[in-house]
Amino acid sequence: MIAYPLRRIAALLPVALGVATLTFALIHLVPGDPVIAMLGESAAPADIEGLRHQLGLDRPLGAQYLSFLAGIARGDLGQSIATGVPVAALIRERFPATLELAGAGLIVAIAIAFPLGVIAGANPGGAADMGAMGFAILGISIPHLYLGPLLMIVFSLDLGWLPLTGRGGWPHLVLPAITLGTAMAAVLARMLRQSLIQVRGADYMRTALSKGLSPTRALLGHGLRNALTPVVTLLGLQAGALLTGSIITEMLFSWPGLGRLMITAISARDYPLVEGCVLTFALTYVLVNMLTDLLYGLIDPRIRFA
Amino acid sequence: MRNLRHNPSLIAGAALVAILAAAALLGPSLIAKDPLAIDLGRVLASPTRGHPLGCDALGRDVLSRVLWGARLSLGISTLVVAVSLIVGSTVGGAAALAGGRADELLMRGVDILLAFPGILLAIALAAILGPGLIDLVIALGAIGWTGYARLVRGEVLSLREREYVQAARALGARPSRLLIRHLIPALAGPVAVQATFGVGGIIVAEAALSFLGLGVRPPTPTWGNMIDEGRVFLLVAPHLTTAPGLAIGISVLGFNFLGDGLAQLLGVR
Repeated sequence: MIAYPLRRIAALLPVALGVATLTFALIHLVPGDPVIAMLGESAAPADIEGLRHQLGLDRPLGAQYLSFLAGIARGDLGQSIATGVPVAALIRERFPATLELAGAGLIVAIAIAFPLGVIAGANPGGAADMGAMGFAILGISIPHLYLGPLLMIVFSLDLGWLPLTGRGGWPHLVLPAITLGTAMAAVLARMLRQSLIQVRGADYMRTALSKGLSPTRALLGHGLRNALTPVVTLLGLQAGALLTGSIITEMLFSWPGLGRLMITAISARDYPLVEGCVLTFALTYVLVNMLTDLLYGLIDPRIRFA
Repeated sequence: MRNLRHNPSLIAGAALVAILAAAALLGPSLIAKDPLAIDLGRVLASPTRGHPLGCDALGRDVLSRVLWGARLSLGISTLVVAVSLIVGSTVGGAAALAGGRADELLMRGVDILLAFPGILLAIALAAILGPGLIDLVIALGAIGWTGYARLVRGEVLSLREREYVQAARALGARPSRLLIRHLIPALAGPVAVQATFGVGGIIVAEAALSFLGLGVRPPTPTWGNMIDEGRVFLLVAPHLTTAPGLAIGISVLGFNFLGDGLAQLLGVR
């Protein structure tokens, strides 16, 4: 019972190390001199040397890498060049907003996907199925970039029901959450439908029906739980889409989260801050995938003991 | 041909993609005006006969910009998919055929790249590489190639054990002949399906990067930077975001349908 979670958590460490290494490599090995990018081509050589020294870029690459890893272990990600504030403090300040948005997006996705998938999967080929899957195809095709403005035009500007941008109470959360969650809802609904259709042919479903359960009760009581396993896997894979979708959504709705922090840091060429944001996003993604694996084991006991 | 009647996705997808390709290839020279021509008398003008999609904040014709954007968006996406397909297939195929340590090493590398949410990698790369078109192709290519590497590796490993491949090998076929006669034809289907979905994905990713100011820079029009420029005028001129937004949506829809249809046609799961 305990061994499976422990194994999953132990497997997390090498992946996290790989992700940290890749983040470091992205910033330090990709051609282009960040210091010159920050100060401009015409900067005085003394200033360039000064900033390079301040950032530790004049030290050997191996030493930089080790102190980068040691810093992560201590929760120290260096200082933002633009503001002088520790990167970790900036991320701690902004990250809750991103988690709030992603969580709300996830709730929207599940709230739409579940009924749609079940309705479609219970009567494949029927009118409800066609309608649900038509919606799903639209949901997959409409990009965040356009859904956001569309919702803003209709619900903020025309109807005046919801605030246009910013973070505040739950009314501020509604439009960004729908923008973020719709594509995921569509993908999940399609998967749930597919999975329910497959489950309908299983032996235990025939047993449930032959002992006199109504098709609906058999499907909800026996089929659904089994049909959920692939859906949960997909949920984990889609977590990346949710995180990265939040970058666009935050920019559209001026949502003060990690994505917006990262994009502003990129325009300001504040590399330590960019590095910290990329690392936080990537590690969160890895962590979410591990949690999905654990959830997977909870739904399907066969996996725990394999 | 009989299969086509039972494959509406393929027909719808092929039709949409054909229209998009025609718009991108012919539109700029046949219909479009100069997408950069500024006309301050027509700032934020609503659609008229002369400007069917209206004009933007500098009085530039939105239809022309959408058509030029189509050429750029579709062109970049196709190029990116082609590059990542070639790189990914080579790495995946080499890993499967080499086996052992080399396979282990290559696939661990792929796993770590896959542990990065795709567009984050592209954003980070685009931010560091800078504004050029080649830089954009590299940044976007970094997202896709790992998928092809995994797909091709898995397919090659399973194909190698198939009887007809074993038989060819037993008859003394050289590795190059095995590859050309047996492996590549069998791989073409799954790879083509993934590449078709891939074009839609890269169109969205390119739009996202351009929207964030990390892709194609203004004044050159792409759908992503048009949405970015248009969203300031959401209240007074919603057509500025609607036109490129619909263009992205229709493209993704087209390539998704085509991918579904191809998968059904070629019997790819």
